[in-house]
Amino acid sequence: MPAEADRTLHVRARLRPTAGFTLDVEFDAPPGVTVLFGPSGAGKSTTLAAIAGLARPLAGRIALGDTPWFDAEQRVDVAVHRRRVAYVFQSLALFPHMTGTANVAYGMPPSMGRDARAARAAELLGRLHVAHLADRRPPTYSGGEAQRVALARALAIDPRAVLLDEPFSALDRELRIALVAELRDQLRDLGVPVVFVTHHRQEARALGDRLVILDGGRVKSLGKVQDLAPGPADMSFDETPLDPDGALR
Amino acid sequence: MVAKVGTLDVRPALDLAPLLLSLQIATLATIVSAIVGVGLATLLANVRFPGRDLVDVAVTAPIVLPPTVLGYYLLVAVGRRSFIGHLFEAVFGSPIVFTRTGAVLAATVGALPLVVKSGRAALEGVDATLVRAARTLGASPVRAFLTVQLPLAGRGIVAALMLAFARSLGDFGITLMVAGDIPGETQTASLAIYDAIQEHRDQAALIMVLSLTTIAIAILYGVNKLTARASDAR
Repeated sequence: MPAEADRTLHVRARLRPTAGFTLDVEFDAPPGVTVLFGPSGAGKSTTLAAIAGLARPLAGRIALGDTPWFDAEQRVDVAVHRRRVAYVFQSLALFPHMTGTANVAYGMPPSMGRDARAARAAELLGRLHVAHLADRRPPTYSGGEAQRVALARALAIDPRAVLLDEPFSALDRELRIALVAELRDQLRDLGVPVVFVTHHRQEARALGDRLVILDGGRVKSLGKVQDLAPGPADMSFDETPLDPDGALR
Repeated sequence: MVAKVGTLDVRPALDLAPLLLSLQIATLATIVSAIVGVGLATLLANVRFPGRDLVDVAVTAPIVLPPTVLGYYLLVAVGRRSFIGHLFEAVFGSPIVFTRTGAVLAATVGALPLVVKSGRAALEGVDATLVRAARTLGASPVRAFLTVQLPLAGRGIVAALMLAFARSLGDFGITLMVAGDIPGETQTASLAIYDAIQEHRDQAALIMVLSLTTIAIAILYGVNKLTARASDAR
């Protein structure tokens, strides 16, 4: 595995996703889980879109180690499908017309061959405890099942980075906590930067190592998730009081 | 077609030639409008380019323009003295106008707006996040389109093609302008109905009227079934 410095994601980007809103962020995400924490409308999802290449920044640089994915000055803009960034969307975006196996195998290189891809998909589905969904299609899944298949599909591309956009938001609290606990080790073992968007402080504490707090399109503070006070079990950012200087109380 | 019955020369009541010709022309027109129409629908749905609205209007115009006007434009565009017409005749040895090719072209122009409009709506109805997900999983724009967007828009597109077939089958005005009304060559069922009425062959007209009506209603019923299931699946 390359040195940690070569696997660190550097993000510096300015975007204007809508007319009245400018996002201007800068942070590093080393291997491990970096939590992007902030209220709705803070620019969390847009930041992920920029990292994946789904949104093009007006200015800035996004690089993994020394390899730029986007650089406004050098005119570098690596296409989405060449970045190999796993992205788990809030809606999960499982392909409804494909089986669990086909969903998970979708991102594997064709050179692997059909049987190898199916075997690898089965292994990933098994690891996420949803082997029974191999031949079923997403419309028949429960919320938690869909969640696990989406994660298996993301891990299947052998990603250089993983982006999770509130992937647990549709689940009830119990299930969410259980999944987060289970996922923590799997994500750490990947050894790649994981950027995890949430506005649930408990999820942030349970899953994250580092913390980036976004508000109004700006980075309000950088730190460790431990700095995030425990607070009531399921309090979300919107209910979390901020000091005038932006630190969390 | 003339048959001898006894000693009298009478036109048979049942002449299937125009109907068969209509089905043949409609099938070809549907194939052409599937290729051109789905291509245009994809362009309009997925690609932002200058003049997109103008292309949309130009493709949709046949819905509202009189068939004679469309026929006029086609005659100017592909007539024997036009560049396209000249080229076509030089390559294939026969002109476009007043031939079966012209009839297929006429039916295609009438059907194309239906394919583009409905096809575009079906493609735009596919959740854009699914296409984005495909892209992050390593799919090129073309692969994401072929494996995710197109199959998920499939029912809507098939419904659009069925409507296109029905529209092609029934074209009268454009065909008359561009292909004429040549029995056995370009005389489709809807033209033959007109001729039959003119010649007081009411029974022949009625048979073709009922045939066309049955086919059209069966197609519309199928389209409704397809689109109802498509919206259930969403």
